[in-house]
Amino acid sequence: MVDLFELLIGKEGDADYKKKPVIIQGITGKFGSFHTQQMLAYGTNIVAGVTPGKGGQKFEQTPIYNTVKEAVDATGAKISVVFVPAKFFLEAAIDALEAGIKLLIAIPEHVPIRDSMKTIELAKKKDAIVIGPNTPGIIIPGVMKIGIMPASPFKPGRIAVLSRSGTLMYEVSYNLSLANFGQSVCLGIGGDPINGTPVIEAFDRIRNGANIDGVVVVGEIGGDAEEMLAQHIIDTKFDKPVVAYIAGRAAPKEKRMGHAGAIIYGNYGSSESKVSMYAKANVPVAKRPAEVAMLLAGKLDIKGRIK
Amino acid sequence: MRLLEYQAKTLFAEYGIPIPKGLTSTEIEQGRKDAAVLGFPFVIKAQMAVGGRGKAGAIQKCQNADEFELKYPEIMQKVVKGEKTKAILLEKMADIKKELYLSLFLNRGKRCYTIIASADGGVEIESVKNQIIREVGLGDVDAKTAEEVAHTMGLKDKSAADFVDILQKLSKITTEKEAELAEINPLAILGDGSVVALDGKVIIDDNAMFRHDELRRFQEVSDLEERAEKSGFSLVELEGNIAVVGNGAGLVMSSLDMLSDHGGKPACFLDVGGGATTDTVYEALTLISKMKKVKGILVNLYGGIVKTTTVATAFIKAYEDKVLDVPVFARMSGAEADKSKEMLKGSRTKMFDTVEEAINAAVMEVNKIG
Repeated sequence: MVDLFELLIGKEGDADYKKKPVIIQGITGKFGSFHTQQMLAYGTNIVAGVTPGKGGQKFEQTPIYNTVKEAVDATGAKISVVFVPAKFFLEAAIDALEAGIKLLIAIPEHVPIRDSMKTIELAKKKDAIVIGPNTPGIIIPGVMKIGIMPASPFKPGRIAVLSRSGTLMYEVSYNLSLANFGQSVCLGIGGDPINGTPVIEAFDRIRNGANIDGVVVVGEIGGDAEEMLAQHIIDTKFDKPVVAYIAGRAAPKEKRMGHAGAIIYGNYGSSESKVSMYAKANVPVAKRPAEVAMLLAGKLDIKGRIK
Repeated sequence: MRLLEYQAKTLFAEYGIPIPKGLTSTEIEQGRKDAAVLGFPFVIKAQMAVGGRGKAGAIQKCQNADEFELKYPEIMQKVVKGEKTKAILLEKMADIKKELYLSLFLNRGKRCYTIIASADGGVEIESVKNQIIREVGLGDVDAKTAEEVAHTMGLKDKSAADFVDILQKLSKITTEKEAELAEINPLAILGDGSVVALDGKVIIDDNAMFRHDELRRFQEVSDLEERAEKSGFSLVELEGNIAVVGNGAGLVMSSLDMLSDHGGKPACFLDVGGGATTDTVYEALTLISKMKKVKGILVNLYGGIVKTTTVATAFIKAYEDKVLDVPVFARMSGAEADKSKEMLKGSRTKMFDTVEEAINAAVMEVNKIG
């Protein structure tokens, strides 16, 4: 299995340690160009953009290529962030994975489920990681951000945040930062029913990270990702503090609440089902985003020692 | 998009899955003509996107014209779990020997399609016993798999052959129409051993609709929802009187939860999308102004990259244009919050530092108005 942190920051002593090259697919679009500037300002090492038909041009200082293959050949990048419209996502994802991209951050919302499933199948064959679709991306505060999150809520530290919602990832991280719980990594799972990296897999990818004292999991109604994670925490005897939040307990059944994945059928996907499984795994669930930091403070002192 | 029973059955018929003879109407005049064509007795079935119709009396047998005159209007008026009857399906009764369950659904945890079949159907899926579960990747079901499922269910002869055919056709619908769920419950074995779909539930992936113009005929959205969709918003109308607006589905859900915890009643869920601009917020306020029940608006925006002054400008404009005539309780974090507060001084938009404070004020004031 490829290691997420190795892909993101590399090993100490690497020439490009904490400066891993990143490609932006859809760099000339309104959304892509804006966020490219934001990422560059944060220190992310963006080395190339891809926009079919605009190869040879430049976006500010960054060279543009027609295909990911050309961009990879020229730069050796293994990370790509996709900003193309949902309709064209599958094509862009295939282009990236076939070119040897090992970490694909899929930003677009409204990607059809079949296209996500096909992307995931191909990624498995290529031993690559897909984050998203419908994700804000990943940030390692103080080091790099690859995605669309604002920089201000995040602060370097030792808490990992996994979130099915973008704005709640910002909101919860902001509250953690205020309480002096900085973050080692914040990863957006995505709001779709099918995720390139589901919650449980994201958890396994970060659990053994060197800089992690605790984990915050921001979930929402729909599916059974939280239930599966709770069982997994029990089965694998994970012994660091985990605190959760679940949005949508006031949502009506069988109504899609903004995210394609946020929908309850019967008891499947309900907040009650998730809270009761988390209780079995000794994971407290905050009633509101601001409470997450308080619950974490009940488990960890500010030096990161378990109370 | 969840198809109504008669719409799902239209798809079934197009793919060659047997269904009982039936006719759909929305007015009793047409219903009478349909009744004459079908002949008594038949079943009157409310068409609504919700389960549990039978128990709620939204499906009833009809023996003669007198009963028809009573039951048709009664069922047309039914509301089950907040869902109104959208149309009425009159359907010939079948000579049922046994009820089966069959579905193909998107298994989110395993990230594949799953067949669920049972020889004990006719009840809600949670209560279906002896479930046979098979994972089938992207949803394609070959003859061998279908035969194995039929065999495990204990089906024989014509029933087994019919079932295999139906399962493969249901798989075709799932993959070609990009369904998240295609369910037949009950799937009935009749007296002569043949198999017929007595009900149908199909949910199409909304995000794939751009590839399926042929399914647009089934789409039914309210004017408000259509306008919201055009602006790239998500809107869910609810029963209460405080509209809830924010950027990002999770944040709006979380605001809805907290509002309910504090005794407030949400009138709608409105997600204006990840970013927020003067135009999107103005358009959101315009949409909400069309909902007569709204007595106040709770706004929860996570600023981040967006400047709060951009959003404040939208409120001011909405009051100036007389789009808004209800109070707004807003929490906006992010850049230039102080300047926004200054801009909104004296207007009916109150700014708060935390969403909890905004909710408290909203609930108090709206309850006061009554």
